[in-house]
Amino acid sequence: MSIKYGLLALLEREPMYGYQLRSEFERSTGATWPLNIGQVYTTLSRLHRDGLVEETGESDEQGKVVYRLTDPGRTDLARWFTTPVTQDDRPRDELAIKVALAVTTPGVDARAVVQAQRTATVRHLQELTRLKAGAAEEDIAWLLVLDSMIFRAESEVRWLDHSETRLARMPRPPVRPAAAAAETTTQEVPR
Amino acid sequence: MTEFAIELRDVTRVHGSGETEVSALAGVSIGVRPGQLVAVMGPSGSGKSTLLQLAGGLDMPTGGSVHVEGVSLGEQNRAGLAALRRRSVGYVFQDLNLIPALTAAENVALPRELDGVKVKRAREEALTALREVGVADLADRFPDEMSGGQQQRVAIARALVGPRRVLLADEPTGALDSYTGEAVLKVIRARCDAGAAGLLVTHEARHAAWADQIVFLSDGKIVDETGVAPAADSLLEGAS
Repeated sequence: MSIKYGLLALLEREPMYGYQLRSEFERSTGATWPLNIGQVYTTLSRLHRDGLVEETGESDEQGKVVYRLTDPGRTDLARWFTTPVTQDDRPRDELAIKVALAVTTPGVDARAVVQAQRTATVRHLQELTRLKAGAAEEDIAWLLVLDSMIFRAESEVRWLDHSETRLARMPRPPVRPAAAAAETTTQEVPR
Repeated sequence: MTEFAIELRDVTRVHGSGETEVSALAGVSIGVRPGQLVAVMGPSGSGKSTLLQLAGGLDMPTGGSVHVEGVSLGEQNRAGLAALRRRSVGYVFQDLNLIPALTAAENVALPRELDGVKVKRAREEALTALREVGVADLADRFPDEMSGGQQQRVAIARALVGPRRVLLADEPTGALDSYTGEAVLKVIRARCDAGAAGLLVTHEARHAAWADQIVFLSDGKIVDETGVAPAADSLLEGAS
């Protein structure tokens, strides 16, 4: 998640100082991505250096510096909103790699790996759904973020369901003699 | 702990015999208490729908037993079973839920009238049930004058009209878009929170996630379950 654009978007609403930016950021995203104040100030000083924000010259009663968006900052922010997020700067999918390796590593029960992950993901999905059930209808920003996490978890479950069926139709993989005696769920996963 | 409103004990359902024997369910145990929603997930042919039919007494197990509100379905004669189904159990399916020639209120009142309740009283109960699912204003509309989501709400009202406290739902969001489907799930969740026992069959994890417990069925067996989720409070504490 880009803190840079998060801060620019908040400053588009009104000028703010560091602590205010942090709390507004967390409020807008439902505390999904907690920020520490150090990250906020580091990012602000970089934005200031690049001319995307400027100091208003005012400060609040505690002497904190208030920042506002500059025109280049506004242009940059508009470009961010209109540019789709690309897939390639997301981290590698550890789960897909784990399942792929489970199929090809002797002595590992890939179906057990898939089922254990599905239980964990569905539990996560239940937690997200409970948060959603408890959220206020007018808290749209938070609901959108929750929905996004819910759909992502659901897509993982669908992929796991699909993988389970694919694995069920696959001829049994060669099992290492040492592990052959152990039944599915009791097998140990080699590190 | 309260008693189970729906309980399947080591239930087996085998179709055919000998060479052609097919096992739809092989030793499945599930219990749903009042106030709980349990979801059953699984691929096509996993035995989900068989399980729901057994829970509602529409089919009989070849092994094990099914209990609804403490009554063993296997020990009932045909008339007793029919009365129990009508009195205790409500169904919501993917579609074909409502009778097109009847208004929403008439649809909801019908099972009560069949139970011998006076027309006026049945209508009052129907209006209460419609209010509980948030569609009191649709009482005098016909099914074709309602959206899919509204029809499903009316079907849920009918499932839980009068004293009925057991809700069996088979892909109740199947034909609905995801936003409307979610609204239907919320209604089911709310009715369970108000004391009904719900058993939901779905292949959508997003909808199953409204349940307290999720059971995965594969080849007629439970391959996994999430266990009963902790109370919402503790989750919120964990998230803050």
